[in-house]
Amino acid sequence: MSQEANMRRVTAIKNGTVIDHVPAGKALSVLKMLGIGGDMSNPVSLVMNVPSKKMGGKDIIKVEDRELTQHELDRLALVAPDASVAIIRAYTVAEKLDINLTEEVVNVARCTFSNCITTNPREPLPHRLIVTSREPLELRCRYCGKTQDIEELIDNLI
Amino acid sequence: MPGLITMDDLTNEEIISILDDAERLLPVARGEVYLPLLQGRILGNLFFEPSTRTRMSFETAMKRLGGDVVNLGDVKTSSVVKGETLFDTIQMVDGYTDIIAMRHPRQGAAQYACDSADVPILNGGDGAGHHPTQTMLDLFTIRQSHGTLEGLNVVLAGDLRYGRTVHSLSHALVRFGCNVTFASPESLRMPEEIVADLNAHGAEVVETDDLLSQINNADVIYMTRIQKERFPDEDEYAKVAGAYKLEASDLDEAKAEMIIMHPLPRVDEIHPSVDSTRHARYFEQAFNGVVARMALMCWLLGVDVPEDINEKGVAL
Repeated sequence: MSQEANMRRVTAIKNGTVIDHVPAGKALSVLKMLGIGGDMSNPVSLVMNVPSKKMGGKDIIKVEDRELTQHELDRLALVAPDASVAIIRAYTVAEKLDINLTEEVVNVARCTFSNCITTNPREPLPHRLIVTSREPLELRCRYCGKTQDIEELIDNLI
Repeated sequence: MPGLITMDDLTNEEIISILDDAERLLPVARGEVYLPLLQGRILGNLFFEPSTRTRMSFETAMKRLGGDVVNLGDVKTSSVVKGETLFDTIQMVDGYTDIIAMRHPRQGAAQYACDSADVPILNGGDGAGHHPTQTMLDLFTIRQSHGTLEGLNVVLAGDLRYGRTVHSLSHALVRFGCNVTFASPESLRMPEEIVADLNAHGAEVVETDDLLSQINNADVIYMTRIQKERFPDEDEYAKVAGAYKLEASDLDEAKAEMIIMHPLPRVDEIHPSVDSTRHARYFEQAFNGVVARMALMCWLLGVDVPEDINEKGVAL
C-alpha cells in the first residue's frame, strides 16, 4: 500500500502535530508518554500497523490544534526514537522536528527495579535513567544501576 | 559533593594512593600512635540495617583519628519509622556532620544520599548493590599478602547474586588485571549487568559451580555466605551449601601463598579447621577495615596523611 494511501486513512489536519514512523503497535504508548488521554478535547487520530517500506509496519498519530514541544517529543525517544514529527499549520508542514535521545532521561519513567530507593513515591529527587547504549537502546537507573526492561519501563511512565 | 558510592568513583591511581595512606596509618589503627588528623570532624553513622564490622570500624577509624561520631541508632526508634524520607534524613544529618557513612536496605540509596547531601557520603552497602569501603579493605588485605594487586588469580565464591561485597570487588580486581573466577550455584550467579561491565573492561571472567577444582590455581579465594533466606526451600539450600564449605583438608594442594578471605559473618562455609592454616586472612581482613576507612575519610575530607606518622604522632 502506498504512503499516500496510508495517509488517507485519516484526514489531513489543518493545525497540529503529526507523528509518523512510530514502531507498529506503539502508538498507544506514545500517547501515554505524551500525556494524551481521553480527558483532552483536541481531536486525535491514529492508525496502527500500516505497511511501511522503511519499517515493515508502523503507526501514525495526528494531534489536532496542539503543537507538541521539543521537550515533550524527546520523551518519545524511549519507544519511538526514529519517529518523524511535523508541525502542521494551515494544512502544510510548517516545521519538522527530530526526536533527541539525551544522555540522561529525567522524570520520564520510574526505575523498574522493585528494591530501588526511588520506588518510595515520597522521595523527592527526579527519576534519572542513564542511556548506556543507543543501538540497541539500553538504560540504567542512576541510583540502583539496574538495566531497565524497556517494555516494563513504558508501564512505569510518569 | 564527591563521595564513594561505587568503585567507579576512584581511579586506579587513587586506589593505590589511598592504600598507601592506609598502610602508613597502621600504627594509629593499632593504637600505638595517636595522630588526631580528623580532630574536630564529626562522622554521621547512618545504618538503616544491621551491621557489626562496618559500623564499628567506621567509628573506630574516626575516633582513632581524633574525630567524633554521631549514630542514627536503632532505626526503630528514629524518625524513619514515622515515614521520614531518606532525602529528609540526609538533609538533617548533613547539617550535623562533616561526613556520612551509611548502609541501607534499598539499592541506590547511597547515590540518592550523595545527590541529596553537601557532605561526602561513604557507601557502607546499599541493598544488593555495592560495598566499596569493603572493597578497599579487601584490596588492602590482598596487597598486604601478595605485595601487588596485579595479575592475581582470584576466585570469588558463594552468593554472588546478592553479595554486594563481591560486586564491588570484582570491578576493582578486573581493573588491576586480575583473572577472576566466579564459583557459585546456578541460582546465585553474578548479575548479568556486572558481568557485562567486566567484559566491557576487557575481562574474561570464568563462571563455574565447582569451587574445589579452582583451589590449586588460586592466589586468593574470597568466600561469601550463602544466604539461606534466599532459597525457596531447605532442600535446595542444602544441595548447594555443602559444595561451598572449605575445610583445611581441601587446601593440601593449594599454593603456599594462597589466602582465604571472607567479609564475615561466616556461618559454615569456612570450617574452623581453616582458621589455623597459613591461608586464613579473614580476621586480619576485618581489622584492616579500620585503616582502610581511616584513609578513605582523610581522602574525602581533603586531609593529607603525613609520610612520617611516627614523628608527627604521639607514641602511646
